[in-house]
Amino acid sequence: MDIIFLLIPITLVITGLIVWALMWAIKSGQFDDMEGPAHQILMEEDEVVDEAEHAALAKKKTSPP
Amino acid sequence: MTLTPASPSDCYHCGLPVPRGSSFRVAINGESRTLCCGGCAAVAAAIVNSGLTDFYRYRTEAAPTGRELVPEFLRQAALYDHPEIQKSFVHAESDTLREASLILEGITCAACVWLNERHLASLPGVISAQINYATHRARVRWDDSRIHLSAILQAVSRIGYLAHPYNPDRQQQILENERKHKLRRLALTGVLGMQVMILAVALYWGAWTGIESEYANFFRWVSLFLTLPVVLYSAQPFFSAAWRDVKHLRTGMDVPVSLGILLAFVGSAWATIHGGGEVYYDSVVMFVFFLLAARYFELTARKHAAEASEALVHMTPAMTTRLTHDGEELIPVAQLRPGDRVLVRPGESIPADGKVLAGCSTVDESLLTGESLPLPKDIGANLIGGSLNIESPLQMMVERTGQDTTLSAILRLLDRAQSEKPAIAQLADRAAAWFVAAVLVATALVGYYWWQAGNPHWLQILISMLVVTCPCALSLATPTAVTAATGALTRRGLLTTRGHALETLATATHFVFDKTGTLTQGRLQVYHVATFNAVSRADALAIAAALEHHSEHPLARAILQSAQDAPRLSARDVVNTPGAGLQGSVDAQRYYIGTPAFIEQSIGLRIPPATRLALQQSGHTVVFLTSTQRLMAAFVIGDEIRPGASTLIKALQQRGRNVRMLTGDHALVAERIATALGITEWAADLKPGDKLDHIKRLQATGAIVAMVGDGINDAAALAAAHVSIAMGSGAQVAAASADMILLSGRLDNLAYALDKADKTLRIIRQNFYRALVYNFLALPAAAMGYIPPWLAAIGMSASSLMVVLNALRLVDRNPSTPAQPQPGA
Repeated sequence: MDIIFLLIPITLVITGLIVWALMWAIKSGQFDDMEGPAHQILMEEDEVVDEAEHAALAKKKTSPP
Repeated sequence: MTLTPASPSDCYHCGLPVPRGSSFRVAINGESRTLCCGGCAAVAAAIVNSGLTDFYRYRTEAAPTGRELVPEFLRQAALYDHPEIQKSFVHAESDTLREASLILEGITCAACVWLNERHLASLPGVISAQINYATHRARVRWDDSRIHLSAILQAVSRIGYLAHPYNPDRQQQILENERKHKLRRLALTGVLGMQVMILAVALYWGAWTGIESEYANFFRWVSLFLTLPVVLYSAQPFFSAAWRDVKHLRTGMDVPVSLGILLAFVGSAWATIHGGGEVYYDSVVMFVFFLLAARYFELTARKHAAEASEALVHMTPAMTTRLTHDGEELIPVAQLRPGDRVLVRPGESIPADGKVLAGCSTVDESLLTGESLPLPKDIGANLIGGSLNIESPLQMMVERTGQDTTLSAILRLLDRAQSEKPAIAQLADRAAAWFVAAVLVATALVGYYWWQAGNPHWLQILISMLVVTCPCALSLATPTAVTAATGALTRRGLLTTRGHALETLATATHFVFDKTGTLTQGRLQVYHVATFNAVSRADALAIAAALEHHSEHPLARAILQSAQDAPRLSARDVVNTPGAGLQGSVDAQRYYIGTPAFIEQSIGLRIPPATRLALQQSGHTVVFLTSTQRLMAAFVIGDEIRPGASTLIKALQQRGRNVRMLTGDHALVAERIATALGITEWAADLKPGDKLDHIKRLQATGAIVAMVGDGINDAAALAAAHVSIAMGSGAQVAAASADMILLSGRLDNLAYALDKADKTLRIIRQNFYRALVYNFLALPAAAMGYIPPWLAAIGMSASSLMVVLNALRLVDRNPSTPAQPQPGA
């Protein structure tokens, strides 16, 4: 059971890390917008798409297999 | 996720029907799409050219209709580059690096955020652009040597949105800081609290089955270490509030709360350091956590409502056109002085109080006065700052600015009413505080008795008494029930922003309603079309619509709406006489539409008074349509009654509540609405101050007043009432001063809220009685030393649990009609 004297200090360190991470998240505004990110995840992050490439893609989709 | 227009004939961009004969087309994602106007076509082309066509795939709502770039707006935008004007809202990080907050208008769904962020980031010179979807605020950083703010604003308008610089006022910043502090305290308490609870379970289990004292001691020291930051940092607001109370010789809830926290912590620390005795670290952290969580949620709900009140600043424009000897100049409204001559274009807000010098137009004062129709304004007429010029340009002489304007006076009225607010809820809080204070005194006396009697366990008894009396059950009794009920109400579209609202609603004896925008939609509708001389209804509507197409007046919009199915005609040579009527040619025939006086003046045709009276008696507005010789039709136009209004009034009257209607509108219109809804007590032609007086007179007779309203003219009355409900579609300042906000716009949800409030009050009372009975049994037992602290802790937890479970009965398991927020509300 002496292991508890090692394990509990370890949890204390982890707790400290969690508190630090939360403080950082609050300070950097991670909790400022609780709605937007839920939608953003569904949008592609790739850079601005070329219009021609898009047209080609659209054509591929509509053409019969 | 994607949205396609309802029919192929609708505009691909904004979803409005495409007028016949229009031929705006843009190739989007490889397909040619029809658009309704040049504005939408320009916006769609700009989106395609920047390679952002994904917007059309992601969006869930139609985009705002594209505006043709107004030279006016571009000129104003250029003004924002002026360093003097930038000073108030631009933050200069270095010589060239600038940062500003913008309010974006037209954001309807998440895809708009995506589109704007992408578009802004693609501008050369813009370093970063972040948009907050919840608040519609954008944070933009740019390099001033490569791009100017005006270019950024114009870029936003090119894709169909409008951006204004936004100056976060100090108040707002303080609130935001406070929110972050509260969140930090809550997070810290939550994380540390979980650790303390884990150790507490081990200790309780150990007390049951036996635990070696070296482990028990170690756990206690670790708990002490973990609880210390909670007491020193997280519980700080309770201590400072308690200290303020003590200094002013008051007892609030914070005093017993602070004493409880401190005593339990000091007692536990003492027991830990000296060994023996019981520790209550778990009670301390959980108590602090629950209290902080309740206060945080209340703050966010209130902030949500207050955030919107910034829009009030928007009522008076930021810029205005001053007329000087050399011509026009654009200046910030703050620089206006009495005696200045100002030009107000149609669609612009009046910048300050004053008089009309030249021109003649109609002005919408509905939000300020409750008047449902725009008022005609002629030379010499008074203008109120913040009202909206509708039809044609006006030159005005500024008489009062800034603090002296009517709008400021209304706001001052509101401030005063808010500070004088009689709060029933505070009474309940005070009663609970007295109860706890009494317990504290009893504890102190009992503790002193045992101490001088030489009982070695005096501290243990003292702590048992404090713990067993359970400020938790008492302080949880109200918040849990209210939270459960407000959750159920929010799903019905009724947002509660202040904790006491439900309790007060249940006890309210008098319900006072505003008319325009509350009992009615605040939107005009054609009720009846009377035709004369064998003209068909469809023809009359078609001709009227063709003429009214050239007017911005709400009456015109009502006619256009009812003429949607009529054949479309177009009118030429239309002449608009503001406040009177229109004339124009349709198919080479001259037609006139407007007031009887206008008709008589134009073609010398006198409308028989009998005809007029027969149509007008109900308090509606009547508009006549004539050709050059004869009367063709009369349109009876009135304000639509809101759905659910009569259900609500009946429900209130059945419960024996007194229902009244107060309005700033004319008696004739007021009477019609009152009769239709069965309201017997009503008053018309009231100014904002009169409404406030009326409510105060009612309150003086001992009535508990609930006020339902929507306009700025209601704001003071809303703040003064015991409990106030604002319409979500109304003025933001009304919402900011209300205790509840009806987002769904369905008045019958208020009847449901009343049921819920009654039930809530019943459950709160049950909770109180149960907590009191428990306390009266447990307190003497603890005082005699029969209850060891661990048993006290179990008793406390059980009583809290009982209270919470009872409150959960208020949660709607299967809401039958979910809230349907009005579009644009």
